[in-house]
Amino acid sequence: MLSIKDLAVDFQTRKGVVHAVRNVNLHVDKGETLGIVGESGSGKSVTSYALMRILDAGGTITAGDIVYSGVDLRNSSARDMRNIRGREISMIFQNPRAALNPIRKVGHQLEDVLKTHAQATRYDARAKAISMLKSVQIRNAEERYHAYPFELSGGMCQRVVIAIALACNPQLLIADEPTTGLDITTQKTVMDLIQSLSKERQMSSILITHDLGLAAQYCDRIVVMKDGELVETGKPKTLFNNAQHAYTRKLIAATPRKEASIRDLLPAEEQQPLPERSQSGETLLKVNNLVKTYAGKNGPVHAVKGISFDLKQGKSLALVGESGCGKSTTSSMITRLLDCSSGEIIFNGQDIGKIKLREFAQHNMRKDIQMVFQDATDSLNPRHSAFQSILEPIKHLTDLGSTARQERVYELADLVGLPHSLLTRFPHQLSGGQKARVGIARAIAVNPQLLILDEPTAALDVSIQAIVLNLLADLRAKLGMTYLFVSHDLHVVRLLCDDVIVMKDGEIVEMGPVEKIMEHPKSKYTQSLLDAAPSLSKIVE
Amino acid sequence: MSGRFKTISLRIAQAIPVLFGVVVVSFILTRALPGDPAVYFAGASATEESIAQVREVLGLDKSLPQQFIIYVGDLLRGDLGQSISTGQAVTDDLARRLPASLELTLMALFISCSIAVPLGVMAATKPGSLRDHMCRVIVTAGVSLPTFFTGILLIYVFYYLLGIAPSPLGRLDFIYIEPDTITGFYLIDAAITGDWETWFGALKQLVLPATTLALFTMAPIARMTRAAMLSALSSDFVRTARAAGLSSSKILYGYALHNAMLPVITTLGMVFSFTLGANVLVEKVFAWPGIGSYAIEALVASDYAAVQGFVLAMAILFVLLNLCIDIAYSLIDPRIGFEER
Amino acid sequence: MSMASTNKSDSLIAHIFYVLRGNPITALAFILLASFITCALFGPLIVPYDPLASNTSNALMPPSVDHWFGTDNLGRDVFSRVIVATRLDLLISVSAVALSFVIGSILGSVAGYWGGWLDAILNRLLDTIMAFPLFVLAMGIVAALGNTIENIVYATALINIPFYARLVRAEVNIRRDAGFALAAKLSGNSDLRVLAVHIFPNALPPMMVQISLNLGWAILNAAGLSFIGLGVRPPTPEWGIMVAEGANFVISGEWWLALFPGLWLMLAVFTFNLLGDGLRDIVDPRKRT
Repeated sequence: MLSIKDLAVDFQTRKGVVHAVRNVNLHVDKGETLGIVGESGSGKSVTSYALMRILDAGGTITAGDIVYSGVDLRNSSARDMRNIRGREISMIFQNPRAALNPIRKVGHQLEDVLKTHAQATRYDARAKAISMLKSVQIRNAEERYHAYPFELSGGMCQRVVIAIALACNPQLLIADEPTTGLDITTQKTVMDLIQSLSKERQMSSILITHDLGLAAQYCDRIVVMKDGELVETGKPKTLFNNAQHAYTRKLIAATPRKEASIRDLLPAEEQQPLPERSQSGETLLKVNNLVKTYAGKNGPVHAVKGISFDLKQGKSLALVGESGCGKSTTSSMITRLLDCSSGEIIFNGQDIGKIKLREFAQHNMRKDIQMVFQDATDSLNPRHSAFQSILEPIKHLTDLGSTARQERVYELADLVGLPHSLLTRFPHQLSGGQKARVGIARAIAVNPQLLILDEPTAALDVSIQAIVLNLLADLRAKLGMTYLFVSHDLHVVRLLCDDVIVMKDGEIVEMGPVEKIMEHPKSKYTQSLLDAAPSLSKIVE
Repeated sequence: MSGRFKTISLRIAQAIPVLFGVVVVSFILTRALPGDPAVYFAGASATEESIAQVREVLGLDKSLPQQFIIYVGDLLRGDLGQSISTGQAVTDDLARRLPASLELTLMALFISCSIAVPLGVMAATKPGSLRDHMCRVIVTAGVSLPTFFTGILLIYVFYYLLGIAPSPLGRLDFIYIEPDTITGFYLIDAAITGDWETWFGALKQLVLPATTLALFTMAPIARMTRAAMLSALSSDFVRTARAAGLSSSKILYGYALHNAMLPVITTLGMVFSFTLGANVLVEKVFAWPGIGSYAIEALVASDYAAVQGFVLAMAILFVLLNLCIDIAYSLIDPRIGFEER
Repeated sequence: MSMASTNKSDSLIAHIFYVLRGNPITALAFILLASFITCALFGPLIVPYDPLASNTSNALMPPSVDHWFGTDNLGRDVFSRVIVATRLDLLISVSAVALSFVIGSILGSVAGYWGGWLDAILNRLLDTIMAFPLFVLAMGIVAALGNTIENIVYATALINIPFYARLVRAEVNIRRDAGFALAAKLSGNSDLRVLAVHIFPNALPPMMVQISLNLGWAILNAAGLSFIGLGVRPPTPEWGIMVAEGANFVISGEWWLALFPGLWLMLAVFTFNLLGDGLRDIVDPRKRT
C-alpha cells in the first residue's frame, strides 16, 4: 500500500548539510501495523514527515520514491498532497495538548477537517463531529464538542487528535510517539484505542516510538533505525529473539525487562560483576507523617497526605507513581528544597525538617544530602562549563584549597567516566549522556550520604539509560551511598532498588521489597501499573 | 461564560488602584514644582494677593494628606483648576480639544494596523527572504523617525514642494465651515450632517499628521505580528492542521493568524502609549488644536494647572484604552478566566 | 579555567560572525554604532567650525563645499553643530538607560525571585508608571522638576524602569525553580548568591536587546522633549532643538536647517534599533546550535 524506496532527506543547517535520512526502504501492507523504532536522532520522525511532505523549513527530500496506492507522493502537486493528507494518510503527534489549536473549540477543529475533505456539509458537520468524538470513547461528546483543549486532560486531548486524524476515514495512520509524556495507564488506554480503531476500520498504521516494549506489543512488523539508516526489520518475535544486527541486540539488551539484572542491560563484553555493597543496617532517614499542603485557588491542595517510611544506610528505596502522586514533592522536602507543612524528617537522628530552608544552604548537613535532577540540560547552568558546575559544591561545602579543588574535579570526572577534555565544554556542547554524568559528578562531589535521584534517566535514550543506571550502581557500592530513587517506571526501579513505595494521590498505596511487590502486588493500583507497562518479556524468550 | 464575566469585572476592578496611583502621581507632580507652587499656579502676572488667594484655594497652607483629599475632591467634581492662558476651566478646555486628538490618534492607528499587520504576516510567511529583510528595514526606519521630524519632512515635500497637501494649520482649512458639533469628530459630524465637502476637507487635513503618527507606530505592530506569526506557524497545532490536509489559507488565517492576534492585541497597549506621546509632537508640528498642542502652549506660558490637567487626562484616557484592550483580549482568548495569574 | 573562557568567547565570536554573515544589516548597524561613538568621543576635535560661533553675514547658506550641511539663521555651521551634539544626546540616553537598567534589574530580580508581597507592590508601582503614556509622563516630570538636563535624564530613566523590571522579573521567575538554580542551592549557595551569580547572568542576553532598543528610544525621547522646549536650551547644540528651530524655516524653503539634524537623529535611533534586532538574533537560543 505504501512503499518507500531509497529515501534520503537532507537538512540545511549552519554547520552545513545534515543527512537526516539515507537509503531508507520500507513498505506498509494493507491492514498492517508497522513499528519504526529508534533512539533520538535516528531519523524515524523525519521519515514520516517526509512521506507526508510536511518537513520543517530547511528539510528536503533529495532522493528516493514514495508511492502510496500508486500515487507518487514525492512529486505530487501541493493541492494533491492536501487532498491526501487527512483523507488518505493521517498523522497524530506527541504532546497532544500542543497539537490542538488552543483557542478553537475541539468540535470546530474536527469540523474544519470534515469540511475540508467534503465529508460533511454545514448542516451535518456538527452531528458528524459529535459522532467522531463518541467513536474515540469520549463521554458526554455533546458537551465536549464545545470544550477548548485547555479544559481537557492530556489523554482526552490525544483522543481528540485521534478523532481529527480518523475523521475522514484515512487508509493509513501514522502515530509519532503518540503516548510520550502521558502517564503509563493513559498510555495503555490510548494505544488500545488506536489498535481497536485500526482493526475496526481495516486501516494500516505506522507507530513511531523509542519504546521497544510498546512496539513489540502493538506492531505486526518492526523496523529499527539508527543515525538515519534502516538497521533491521522483522516480526517482533523473530526480531527480538533472533536479532541479526549488533545495534538491535544492544537496544534489546538495554531495555529493562523482568528477568534482566542491571548488568544485563549492557553489552556482554562490557559486563563486569557488581561490586559488593556495605550496609551498616542503621537507619539513615526516618520520615514521620510527612504532609505538604499548598494554598490553591480552589482551597488547599493536599500534595502529600502524611507518609512515613524508614531508609537504612546503604539501602536503596524507590518512590514510584504517576504524575501528581506526590513523589517529587516528597523528595523535594527530604532534600530540603521545600518546607513541609507538618511531620518529621529525621536524618542521622536530627529532625532536619525543623531547620529553616535559608539556613540549611550553609548547614553542615547540606553536603550529606544531594540530588541528581531529572532533566540534565535544565539542571546545568548554561553559562557554566562542566568544570565550573562540578566545582560549585566543592567550593561552597568543603574547605579544600584551590589546587585540591581542581584535583577533586578531575577525580570526580574519572569516577563518572567523563573525559577531562570535555570539562571545558558548556552544556549545549555536551550530549545527553555526558550532561547526565556531569550532573552525577556534581551530586557526589561532596560525598553525600543520601543521594536523591529524581527520574535521572527519564529524558535519556535506553542505551544511555542502561549506562547511567550501571554507573549509579557502581558509585553506590564504591562510595557507600544510600539512594532515594524517584521514578514512574517500576521496571527501571527494580534494577537499582531494594525496596519500593508506590504512591497515589499523596498517599502510600503499598511498600515493601521490590521483587515481592512486582511479583505479587497487593493493591489493584500497583497491579494496573504493572499491567499497563509495555514489556519485552512477554515476547523475548 | 460566567468565568469570563468574572474576569472582566475583575479587570475593571483592577483598574481602580491604578487610577488611584495615577491621581497620586499627578498630585505629587503638582506639589513637586520647584519653589512655591502657588506662585506658579497664580501665573506670571500674579500679585501678592492673588498668590495668597491661590494658596488658599489650593489648600497649600494645609497638611499634605489634607491637601490630597482636597485635590481628590476637586477631581471628583471635575475641577482641574483654571487655565491662566485661556482663562477657562482646564476641564472645559480639555473636553473641547479632546475629540481633535482622538480623531487623529485613532485614524493613525487605523492606518498603521491596516498596513503593519499584513506586512508582518507577509514577512513571517517567508522568514529570511529579501521581502522579510525589506519589511524589517522599512519598519525599523519608521520607528526611528522622530515624529516631529517626519511631520516637517512631509510638510516640506507635500506642501512646499509638491503643493498637493493643504497648509498644515489645524483641522480644517478656513474656506470650509466647521461642522456642527455632535461628537466632536469632524469626519463623523460632517458625515452625519451630510456635508461631504467639509468631510473631504477634514480628511485632507488629517492625512499628513495621521500618516506621520502611523509611520511611527507601525514598527511594534508589524514586528509583533511577524514574531507571533512565526511562532504560531512553527507550533504543533499548525503541523496537525497541515497533516490533516487543511488548506493553506485556512491554516494561515484561521489557525495561525487567529492565535497570533493575541500577542498583537497585547502590544496595542504599548502602541497606544507611544501614539499618545507622539501625538503631542505631531500636534505641535501641524498646529492641530488637540490637547497636546494645548499642553505645549501651556508649558510655554508656565500654565501649570493646564499641564497637570493634561497629564492626568492623558493617563486616564490611557487607562481606559488599556481596559478596552484587555476586555477585547478576554473575549478572544477562551483561556482567560480559567488560568488567571 | 582560562581555557574554558577562551573556548566560550571563541564560540561566541564564531556565533556572532555566523549571524552577521546571514545578516549584513546588523553588520552595518555595528559599523554605524562605531562611528557614532567616535563622534561622541572626538566630535569637538574633528569638526571644522566652532558650533557656537555665529556669523550673520553668512546666515542661511545652503549646503556647500565649505558648509556641508549649510548654515543656520545665525550663520553657524550646521554640520559642526550636528556632530558636536552627538555627545550630549548619547550622554543623556546612555545615562538614562544605565540608571533604569540598574534600578529595574534590582527591583525585577527581587520581585521575580522572592515573589509574594514584594512582587505585588512592585507590580502596582509599575502599573502606575505604565498607566501614563510614557512621553507624557516625562513631560510632566520635567515640567514639575524644572527644565534641566539632569531632570531629562531622571524622567527618561523613570519611564524606562518598567521595561527592565518586567523583563528581569519574568526572566528570573522562569529560572527560579530551574534545575540549575536548585542545584546551586544544594551546592551551598545562599539565596542571594543563587540569584546574583546563577540566575541573573542568564537573564542578561534578552536585556542586551532591550538596552539597545531603549537607547534609541531614549534619544528620541530627549530630542522630543527639547523639541517642545523642555530640557536642553539653545544655543546648546542638540538635535531636537535644531529640528525645532529649523522647522520655522522649512515653510520658506530653507530645508537644510531641519533636515540634517533630523536625519542624524534618525540615523542614531535607527542604528540602535537595528542593533537591537540583530542582537535579538544573536542571543536567540533557538538560533544557536
